[in-house]
Amino acid sequence: MVEELLFFMEVLVGGLLAGTMYSLVALGFVLIFKASATFNFSQGAMVFFSVLAFCGFMQDFNIPFVLAFILAALLMVVVGLCTERLVLRPLMNASEDTVLMATIGLGYVLEGLAQAAWGVEVRRLDLGIGDFPVPWIADNLKLFISALDIFAGLVAAFMIIGLFLLFKYTKIGLGLRAVADDAGAASSIGIPLKHIMLLVWSAAGVVALVAGCMWGARAGVQFALVDLALKALPVLIIGGFSSIPGAIVGGLIIGATEKVLEVYIGPFFGGAIEGWAPYVLAIFFLLYRPEGLFGEKIIRRV
Amino acid sequence: MKPVFMTYTKKDLINLAVCMVLSVLIIPTFITTEYWYTSILIPWLCLALATIGQQVVMGYTGQLALGAAGFMAAGAFAMFNLILRVPDLGFVGSLIVSGLIAAAFGILFGLPSLKVRGIYLMVATLASQFFIIWMIDKFGWFKNYDSSGIITAQDIVILGKPLTTPLAMYFVCLAVTTVLTLLAMNMARGSTGRNWMAVRDMDIAAESMGVSLLRTKVQAFAISAFYCGVAGALFAFCYLKSLEPVAFDIKLSFKILFMCILGGLGTINGAFIGAAFILLFPVLLNSVGNNVFHGAIDATIISSIEQVIFGLLMIIFMIYEPLGMAKLWENLKQSIRLKLFSSGTKSVKSSAQKSE
Repeated sequence: MVEELLFFMEVLVGGLLAGTMYSLVALGFVLIFKASATFNFSQGAMVFFSVLAFCGFMQDFNIPFVLAFILAALLMVVVGLCTERLVLRPLMNASEDTVLMATIGLGYVLEGLAQAAWGVEVRRLDLGIGDFPVPWIADNLKLFISALDIFAGLVAAFMIIGLFLLFKYTKIGLGLRAVADDAGAASSIGIPLKHIMLLVWSAAGVVALVAGCMWGARAGVQFALVDLALKALPVLIIGGFSSIPGAIVGGLIIGATEKVLEVYIGPFFGGAIEGWAPYVLAIFFLLYRPEGLFGEKIIRRV
Repeated sequence: MKPVFMTYTKKDLINLAVCMVLSVLIIPTFITTEYWYTSILIPWLCLALATIGQQVVMGYTGQLALGAAGFMAAGAFAMFNLILRVPDLGFVGSLIVSGLIAAAFGILFGLPSLKVRGIYLMVATLASQFFIIWMIDKFGWFKNYDSSGIITAQDIVILGKPLTTPLAMYFVCLAVTTVLTLLAMNMARGSTGRNWMAVRDMDIAAESMGVSLLRTKVQAFAISAFYCGVAGALFAFCYLKSLEPVAFDIKLSFKILFMCILGGLGTINGAFIGAAFILLFPVLLNSVGNNVFHGAIDATIISSIEQVIFGLLMIIFMIYEPLGMAKLWENLKQSIRLKLFSSGTKSVKSSAQKSE
């Protein structure tokens, strides 16, 4: 009995921590949605692009870790700048769906560019933190939890607290929220729309880089990251598109549910149900609470 | 213009005649290399059919769906099982029934569209994509307990004769595509299509005009999945000649989405233009790579460039011409007409009226 409980705990904690990785991807999504009401479908591609650039800088040019990270972050700022200038500004007055389709195109561009510049083979990314159980926890609590998972959880928590404080208590955050609410009104009272957009896209780029590092350290830096990042979408639906705490809670729910279902229910169906379980879970959420747990209620005016 | 037969006008019938002459007489006499049939014409027709399915739900009804390949897989494997287990149905019968099976999935996964739209719906339809592929992969029954992973598709038998040559396959695809395209045009122009477009342009207004959202949306999803299912069956039996769930992964769904959007949302000819572009462009790029640069550029780089160009085109079209290539084609025709017949103001006016 105790053994079973321990095993359940292990699955649950493992799932929760893996869920924080989804949260990290979802976070970039939320940032952009909050400030510009744009569904940025290319967030997954940004994750792939940034971490591949990071690996490329480190492995092809032998640039040290920290410098490579800064360079990759700067590259993401440039990407954000170009996106804002070349894609979003011309589409300022276009419908939501048009912008969404344009970001799908943007995703393709980023994926293609990354592969053209740094090749298609799987790269290994070593963060110096192994993907193996922490001995201290294994000895004392009898739980086998990966060090990487814990590290990812800490990083996610740190970033989320930071962004939450930024949005809630700083002048920039206030500007961001104003722009999200009504871009026209915000710019008419003197909030610099361009800077805000650039800031948000850069921040989303850096978040993508961090998420990419976590995923890359676990699964290798490869194209499959883009598909993994798709799972951020159900996370967002559960948490709500405009809520930073929602992204984390949604990630935890998806992570835990998919692991628990996989371990306890999966064997009856031949396994690998984690490929679709999050999406089906998201459908059930959509039917009962379309705005997500923390989202603002969607009001459509005629 | 007044319709002559059902909703088809005289112009449509002329177009149809031209297309038929081109595809039945001219192409088979002038194109004799197998490559053109097996790698370009057959997949083009199959994917164009799937794109029409995507058009119905996305272009006409305005619902962002991203699961076309899932429905194609459902159609393909339904076809495999029907031919295997119910041989009496015959080819055409199995094709229709497999389309209907795909349509059943379409209804099931289209239901969330009643509550949500935009990217929310996209996530719901992604569920169908992943679920259908997983289901086929994990339950051996669908694959007739074949452990190798790739199943060879049965021969297509029509009237007791097995069809094996690429030309015969081409004619099968052509016949099915022609019938379904005419049907789609008719639906899009009739009351069915009017309802779809009313829902697309503003669902609340449509509802208050007495258009049932439930009926319209579910109908659109069912018809879309039917088209995708038939297209998937043809894709597997005429083009791939094998069945494997991996062939219908999310990448194919994205491809069909691109064909639909670049071709032109809400147009039937856009489906054909878009499918042709997405299929032919990589072929062109590869031949440029081989002939101009003599293989100096790596194949992976060429495929990355192709991806970048597709993405860029998507963005450019969204900014400058959200109605896609079909609209460009329309504009081109219009300007040619104006140039040729604009000797006086009167004829400009009349040609402008004609185009309406």
